[in-house]
Amino acid sequence: MAPNTATLRPDPTFHPSPKLAMEAPVENFAYTLLLSPDHSKPDALAVIDVDPSSDSYGDIVHTVIMPNVGDEFHHFGWNACSSALSPLTGHAFYERRYLIIPGIRSSRIYIIDTKPHPTEAKIHKIIEPEELFRKTGYSRPHTVHCGPEGIYISTLGGGGENGTDGPPGVFIMDCETFDILGRWEMDRGSQEKHYDFWWNLPRDYMVTSEWGLPPQFENGIVAEDLLSNKYGHQIHFWDLRARRNVQTIDLGANHQMALEVRPAHDPSREYGFLGVVVDTTNLEGSIWTWWREDGKFHIEKSATIPAEPADADDLPELLKGFGAVPPLVTDIDLSLDDKFLYVACWGTGELRQYDVSNPRDVKFVDSVHIGGIVRKTPHPNGQAFAGGPQMLEISRDGKRVYWTNSLYSSWDKQFYPDGVPGAQVMANIGEDGGINLAEDYWVQFPDGYGAHQIRLEGGDCSTDSFCYPSV
Amino acid sequence: MDALWLAVIASGMFHGLNPGMGWPLAVSAGLMERKDSALLAALVPLAAGHFLAMMAMVLPFALLTSLIIWQREIQIGASLLVIAFGLFRYINRRHPRMLARIAPTRLALWSFAIAIAHGAGLMLVPIYLGLNNSAAMENSAMGQNVMAGSEFLVSSLGMTLLVSSVHTIAMISSGGIAAWLIYRIVGLKYITRSWFNMDAIWAISLILVGAIGLYSAI
Repeated sequence: MAPNTATLRPDPTFHPSPKLAMEAPVENFAYTLLLSPDHSKPDALAVIDVDPSSDSYGDIVHTVIMPNVGDEFHHFGWNACSSALSPLTGHAFYERRYLIIPGIRSSRIYIIDTKPHPTEAKIHKIIEPEELFRKTGYSRPHTVHCGPEGIYISTLGGGGENGTDGPPGVFIMDCETFDILGRWEMDRGSQEKHYDFWWNLPRDYMVTSEWGLPPQFENGIVAEDLLSNKYGHQIHFWDLRARRNVQTIDLGANHQMALEVRPAHDPSREYGFLGVVVDTTNLEGSIWTWWREDGKFHIEKSATIPAEPADADDLPELLKGFGAVPPLVTDIDLSLDDKFLYVACWGTGELRQYDVSNPRDVKFVDSVHIGGIVRKTPHPNGQAFAGGPQMLEISRDGKRVYWTNSLYSSWDKQFYPDGVPGAQVMANIGEDGGINLAEDYWVQFPDGYGAHQIRLEGGDCSTDSFCYPSV
Repeated sequence: MDALWLAVIASGMFHGLNPGMGWPLAVSAGLMERKDSALLAALVPLAAGHFLAMMAMVLPFALLTSLIIWQREIQIGASLLVIAFGLFRYINRRHPRMLARIAPTRLALWSFAIAIAHGAGLMLVPIYLGLNNSAAMENSAMGQNVMAGSEFLVSSLGMTLLVSSVHTIAMISSGGIAAWLIYRIVGLKYITRSWFNMDAIWAISLILVGAIGLYSAI
């Protein structure tokens, strides 16, 4: 029998609509994943104080260090979010309490308890890789979302040592016991690669994207595979409850690595965005808008970001032959009002802000430069920022954007051979757009650690799924 | 007998106001379509599913009642069944995961499955049996001959329809009013403030209804 962890009232951090989430109290803590790029130290979860009125503003106030090495922390998510308020369950008596942290390299999954207080976060449960392999045939767990059947987690690898025995996919975990229940897909169609996923809960569809198979990323980017367009370039649309792939759209093979999927937060809006890392014909990055019309899905390229010419001497080995720096669109994030899309250009060291109020007429608004392969723009406080803007997180009220600088350990070494020590910065957003780096926000991470995804206390712009429109 | 009819209506209102029986879906429909009529239209399949679930649970007992001489045993058995299910729900508060696989567009099926799975239909059985028996007794008290099995069956089936209808009307009116209040008057912010965990209360009401049924049979 399962433990009875039910609460009497819904968690106050669950919100029916994105608008109500924006009006809720702001975040006081940011959780950030730390990884040891050479696997010499255990990975960790850092809890950062982001309350400007606090004495420890911008400091790490607590760290949970894992008992293993080589996990490679990447993305993570909550055990429960606003999706618990689905009108189909009428049973929202869970707590937003546990962080689900997969090790993308080890396939181990940590469940971290953040109660009674973020500064007392501790390990609640560890799911060993063998359990994942045995129950799902998948490996390298990645994106975490909570939804109708529990916690959904995407994976990048199939079975076997290289993760190439069978396609990767999504599996389901019980949101109370954290038992792995099994594969989600019943009919995957032509889907053979995986990366990110998200959905529209009332409209009952899921959208998944493609990076590459484990041999294409674990030991670094494989230049031959990239130049022969062998990384993922498709987007898949699924019937969520029927667990069936209903449509696959190929972006064109030159659009390599279709990563982050960002649907409109308002579920009455049936569109969303997708970031593509690089176009192999001209090295540009691109933003795509997908939408559903009369039951069919469509997608079009809605913005491009050109590569910047550079001297071969300033470029790492991998890029010398190209004489240019690709922007490398490695993360995108959408504000809760579905107004601004933020785009991380990890190669050129730029964070861009687009107005996407009209999703098919995407307008550039503003950008800031920080880091970058060639530009190497320092932070306004004078500190050097290694790498470039990578994992983004927007506050619920849309007024602050936080980001870190590491992409993936083995890729960091190829694009930034001097290393990417962890850094986290924050920018303030103007009422009608405009990005300004906050000079007084600079998180100092412990030596030897890189920093990846950020989660904000009480939910943020890439965790919660809403079941009611903003009215 | 009046008290039993009151119980039919009260249980209907109890089911209707429980967010787990679907009124938030009507709110969602109204907001997603941005139309008042969409809210009202969602109430129809929700009511239909609930009505069918009531019929599905009560009907087997209606058929059994043609065995007039075992009337008492049937009532005791039904009451014990309801108590047992209530105890089960009290101990195991988990909600069947299969329900999460029903598509949001299939509201009638959803409403039917939810009402069956949570024992909403079962809750009505002891009340129904009480009504049915007192109707039979009233007939004999009025000086008519004791009804033949087949006559009693016809009257039982009529009672099934009546009880399920009255219950469902009470259910969908109270749920509909709750949905309208959130949708039109107080706002979405209050949707979750109106939710509190009814699992324990729900299980206890099953046990209570079963116990009353048992008491009246013995």
